[in-house]
Amino acid sequence: MTVSLTLDSVTAHYGSTQVLKDLSLAVAAGELVSLLGSSGCGKTTTLRLVAGFLEPTSGSIRLGERDLTRLPAHQRNIGLVFQNYALFPHLSVRDNVAFGLKQRGLGAAERLKKADAMLERVGLASFAERMPAALSGGQKQRVALARALVIEPPLLMFDEPLSNLDAKLRVDMRVEIRRLQRANGTTSLYVTHDQEEAFSISDRVAIMNAGRIMQLDRPEVLYQRPANSFVARFVGFENLIPMRVSARDGGAVTAQTDAGATLTLSQDAFGAIPDRFVLAARPDGLAVTRAGEGRPAGIPVTLGIRTYLGRAYQYQCSTPGGDYLGNGPLTEPLEPGSSAILSPVPEQCCILPPED
Amino acid sequence: MRTSLHPALTITASLIFAILVAPLFIILGAAVSDTSYLTFPPQGFTLRWFTNIFEISAFRTTAITSLQIAMLGTALALLIGIPAAYALNRFRIRLPSWLANVFVLPILVPEIVLGFSLLKSVTISLGLPVFLVLLLGHALLVLPYAVRVVGASLASFDFSIEEAAISLGCPPLKTFFTVVLPNISAGVIAAFILAFITSMNDVSVSLFLTGPGISTLPIQILAHMEQFFDPTIASVSVLLMVLTVGVMAIVEATLGLTFLTK
Ligand SMILES: Nc1ncnc2c1ncn2[C@@H]1O[C@H](COP(=O)(O)OP(=O)(O)O)[C@@H](O)[C@H]1O
Ligand SMILES: [Mg+2]
Repeated sequence: MTVSLTLDSVTAHYGSTQVLKDLSLAVAAGELVSLLGSSGCGKTTTLRLVAGFLEPTSGSIRLGERDLTRLPAHQRNIGLVFQNYALFPHLSVRDNVAFGLKQRGLGAAERLKKADAMLERVGLASFAERMPAALSGGQKQRVALARALVIEPPLLMFDEPLSNLDAKLRVDMRVEIRRLQRANGTTSLYVTHDQEEAFSISDRVAIMNAGRIMQLDRPEVLYQRPANSFVARFVGFENLIPMRVSARDGGAVTAQTDAGATLTLSQDAFGAIPDRFVLAARPDGLAVTRAGEGRPAGIPVTLGIRTYLGRAYQYQCSTPGGDYLGNGPLTEPLEPGSSAILSPVPEQCCILPPED
Repeated sequence: MRTSLHPALTITASLIFAILVAPLFIILGAAVSDTSYLTFPPQGFTLRWFTNIFEISAFRTTAITSLQIAMLGTALALLIGIPAAYALNRFRIRLPSWLANVFVLPILVPEIVLGFSLLKSVTISLGLPVFLVLLLGHALLVLPYAVRVVGASLASFDFSIEEAAISLGCPPLKTFFTVVLPNISAGVIAAFILAFITSMNDVSVSLFLTGPGISTLPIQILAHMEQFFDPTIASVSVLLMVLTVGVMAIVEATLGLTFLTK
């Protein structure tokens, strides 16, 4: 039984501070969606709303056909995995896993059977008798995972489950979480502030900022086609250049930066270009070439520090309108202090709506 | 490796230790003295002062009253103190910061004042039975221990495990008993012991609240001393000491003494 999770225009407050603003989110049945964003943007708050530890000020939360909005937390049947594991310190590993089964009124024999089978699945069969204090961080998180999975919840939620583990274990664990989630086909909501983790584990990722979802999409799309400046910056588009169209001639659009530099962009290559826009590019997307005759038109810049990247040189480029990062070919190293031209590489750039 | 201590430190420490222990020896000596008045060093040896305690019925009845008051008063204080400590820790960020101090007030208010005000307000104005007033007075006296000591173990309690239990289908009240209480049991036991001993030893609050026919052991000791000044007092003290040491020994054996000072 897999079901979808729907948050519809959910608003949440702590006291008088609004933490979530009109947040809507749909997680399809069997899908794993991550909430990704910096600390304090409202990821945990979103999970707490769905878990029932916090009531929304407005909006509704549905899990399949069930309306969760006002349902008490203990009746929601959601598996939770916490950053700090939150194991019961006074219960053995086996009793931790069996806890949810006990609440469901299962007999002792069946609890034991199910708990042990689940521990087997997470590779901790031989640790059943141990107390949580005698486990390593990775083992604790496996127990927490087993405890959440064994109740076969229609929804699993993870709040930064790997943050307390070391780098190597993080990668192992996230593969394991993904494997178990896929195997059960459990709809999942996963919170992290780590972009690599979110992109590698999720079907889709919601990038959050200040209580809002800025964009919800597949990792590939977020990475290549961010929808706005916030997401662009988040996924490494270091150059965000506000521009204004001054002339249109068929498919060729002439636009100016704030500092007055002129670029001519082809709509065939860049897609539709509105009158005001932000040109977003990673350093890859801004080609640095020597200024001079017969060179492509672009933004004139003065070069700063040059960094060797292996596949290219990266330059700090200063202009009266701001500083940019661009890459130049290894075949033509340019000296700091010299003049150069920055030109956007169409397939590496995005045209975004203006910020404000 | 042994670090050698500075001689001055060794001397000071020994001196403090002697000052702390000396009265206990003096009392022990006085208790076995074969004289009809309190004296040290003891003259002769007798255990009759110990048997004397049990022959004076006032010692028996007040000891029973003291035990009852200490038991019930401590239980009452825990009944109020545990939920209070829980709420103070669980909802710390939502509660005003002065609220925690309210529960410590009985420690800050001089006990004499506490006893006197209870006498004025409860015994005289309301005319409640003496036993009940004593019980309430002691409960109030030891409430701060309940709140503080239980609060200390709740301070290191990770409330997310409570949420874990609820998410697994355990209703909130049941969660308190199945998940919270077992993890703060050490604090509850410590609070019980401290509160119990405090109540057993209290003089100033009880002094105001004891009434016709009902008294506590410390008050009885005081009364006996005023009248007789014989070694019975010393032998009662020895028994109380043995009782306290016994409790501490149990604590040490089961939980470790450091746990009371945590
Ligand atoms: N219990 C609380 N009381 C008041 N404000 C809170 C509380 N919990 C979180 N906040 C605030 O709500 C915002 C969102 O917090 P949270 O959802 O925990 O962020 P995240 O998990 O993304 O780091 C933050 O600004 C945080 O300071
Ligand atoms: Mg968080």
